[in-house]
Amino acid sequence: MNLVDVPKDCAVRVRALTGTPALRKRFIEMGLAPGMLVRVMRVAPLGDPLVVAAGEARISLRRRDAAHILVELPREKQERS
Amino acid sequence: MSGACRIALVGNPNSGKTTLFNALTGQRQRATNYPGVTVEHVLGTCSVAGSEMTVVDLPGCYSLDAASPDERVARDFLVVQRPEVVLQVVDATALERHLYLTSQLLELGVNLVLVLTMMDRARAAGLKIDTALIAERLSVPVLETVGPSGEGIARLLEVVAARSHKPGVALEPDYGDEMREAIDAVEREIAACGSACDLPYPRRWLALKLLEREPCVMRQVQQCSHSVCREVASSASARAAAIEGHHGDALAILIAERRQGFASGLAREAVTRKRLDRQSLSDQIDDVLTHRWLGIPIFLLVMYLVFYATFTLGAVPMGWIEHGIGFLAMRFQGLLVGHDALRSFVVDGILGGVGNVLLFVPNIAILFACISVIEDSGYMARAAFITDRFMHQIGLHGKSIIPLLIGFGCSVPAVMATRTLENRRDRLATMLVIPLMSCGARLPIYLMFIPAFFPQSWQAPVLWGMYFTGIVLAVILVRLLRMTVLSGESVPFVMELPPYRMPVLKGVLIHVWFRTWMYLKKAGTVILVASAIMWFITSYPKPPHVPHVEATHAVGTGDAVSHSFAGQIGRALEPVTESLGFDWRVNTAFLGALAAKELFVAQMGILSSLEGKLHEDPSLMSWLRSEYTPAQALSIMLFILIAAPCSATVAVTAREAGRWRIALAQYFGLTLLAAVVSFIVYHVGTILLGG
Repeated sequence: MNLVDVPKDCAVRVRALTGTPALRKRFIEMGLAPGMLVRVMRVAPLGDPLVVAAGEARISLRRRDAAHILVELPREKQERS
Repeated sequence: MSGACRIALVGNPNSGKTTLFNALTGQRQRATNYPGVTVEHVLGTCSVAGSEMTVVDLPGCYSLDAASPDERVARDFLVVQRPEVVLQVVDATALERHLYLTSQLLELGVNLVLVLTMMDRARAAGLKIDTALIAERLSVPVLETVGPSGEGIARLLEVVAARSHKPGVALEPDYGDEMREAIDAVEREIAACGSACDLPYPRRWLALKLLEREPCVMRQVQQCSHSVCREVASSASARAAAIEGHHGDALAILIAERRQGFASGLAREAVTRKRLDRQSLSDQIDDVLTHRWLGIPIFLLVMYLVFYATFTLGAVPMGWIEHGIGFLAMRFQGLLVGHDALRSFVVDGILGGVGNVLLFVPNIAILFACISVIEDSGYMARAAFITDRFMHQIGLHGKSIIPLLIGFGCSVPAVMATRTLENRRDRLATMLVIPLMSCGARLPIYLMFIPAFFPQSWQAPVLWGMYFTGIVLAVILVRLLRMTVLSGESVPFVMELPPYRMPVLKGVLIHVWFRTWMYLKKAGTVILVASAIMWFITSYPKPPHVPHVEATHAVGTGDAVSHSFAGQIGRALEPVTESLGFDWRVNTAFLGALAAKELFVAQMGILSSLEGKLHEDPSLMSWLRSEYTPAQALSIMLFILIAAPCSATVAVTAREAGRWRIALAQYFGLTLLAAVVSFIVYHVGTILLGG
């Protein structure tokens, strides 16, 4: 399951990153690393890009890139900062 | 204290770095809120414990891996210049992400001090940060400040003063045994080179970069005259390949993951969150501003307001400037009576040229004030977010929309606005098509021709048609550029939407002043020179018997113009331009308008030997109708739309692109395109609309 498959406002945990090394590095640098709790907050009026909430930060990503973020439902309810 | 002490500020974009810079140096600059708009190397001075220190505001970056120009600048400054103290500005609400950069700074062994900003926002979000723990784990001082209020600055300065003489201690994340051994080995090899290797980097850091095969460093190694460097590099490569084979992933990622692990481990220990994610005020505002149905209309409204402010409000000071120049012109007329040539030179050449330059200033100033407010408030990122899908399909970036829309007003500030694009290819692609966004100076020309040749009901559609043609050509041109000269992977659109903020008036004013001054310095000189040349070729040589040239006449009678160099060139070109439908008068008007498009109408007016200079003047319009056909009119208008951006645009394009070559290529390319389009339209139009 990747980030694009997840419904809005559903909190998920980043399981793994796929794609080119450059893209994955960018994800990590922007705080979308494995282990982070994220959720898709909104979608642009034209359908793309998305806004992902990671902690207090709001990161906008194109669907094509967001599809490279593999996620899973969190097992615990407690949030990581 | 020996030598100048330098404090470097690093941090993520939008972390409050520039605010801290202002607080430290007292020279208030704008708090940039949108990635990539920091001017490189902003310097200031600061008094610390009685002595002066230099403070350097490095570009905001998420990492020191030099993937983008900003990162490269920051990295190079830290590694090569080795400032005495490095302040990393850390947004307390995104600690984990910032610690990623911290890990890289620690590896560099800089003398680091962490400054936590946005503590108020962190508290509001229910975050509690154990700064003592962080300080202990990293062995660096950790201080808190609250941005604009200046809270915590005094303490910060004390700490900086105390630390400025201490050497930095390098701290490496745990890369695992295999990696560590590889780094050790390469470091030893580098040490063995001794003085043969003249790369200015710390050894262990260089070892790591060689293993990572970092493009920048590799390039320098290739260029190094000593072969030992290349040997070490290739042996490092081999080791890296071995590790990658074991782990099944690129070394750069393995390293990134280790750093990330370090950052998240520390964050987990140091941060407790009392509340769950909740809707912040910014989120609520975004619900409206990026709303599915409201988002785009609101965006268009905002752009319309920017336009209105720039061109309608800007018209007022423009009027003052025109009056001022006119007043000066009259004074000089009076002073230089009897010295015709000198008077003409001063009044028409110099003052006219200066007028051309200054005329842009109100527009530019207001426009940049608007852009500054949009950036500082955080809306700029939303604009890019909303329009990205559309831009991306064309081959541009969401951030391209603002410069392109500004181009409908004036190309000069539009080109300057492309600075917001981080990726050079995107920036160039956007810059190169900006002239096709039919600028305000062309409007009088359309308004001169269209009512003269088209019935009432056709007029608005034809006008829209001109703008639309420009847009379509721009899209085609971008695709073409993307496929050929500017091809390459588009940069992933991973952009932070910073929280909304109230722009600070002083910051906006300083920014406007800075940008306007830059315009005056660079574009100003080019326009002045171009205007002087234009004046010269339209004034000389004078016709053999010089009649009394009316003192108030700007450029002389039609007769005089026809006799001048410009007129001669116009006539000489006629055989060629006839195929486009232009006669020598149009040619001459074009030449005169090369300095600034506004002059085209004036020149045509003069050449018609009519006094009326307004496009509304019916006598001018009927004269046009009698002299030219509709097909010719269309051909002329399209040529104006596409060809020869004004000299100011060429000047700023050359400056922003970094090379005159690019601006000139654009110039000739567009002119060529215009010739082709005009040719087709003229001939097809003549057949369809009658000659």
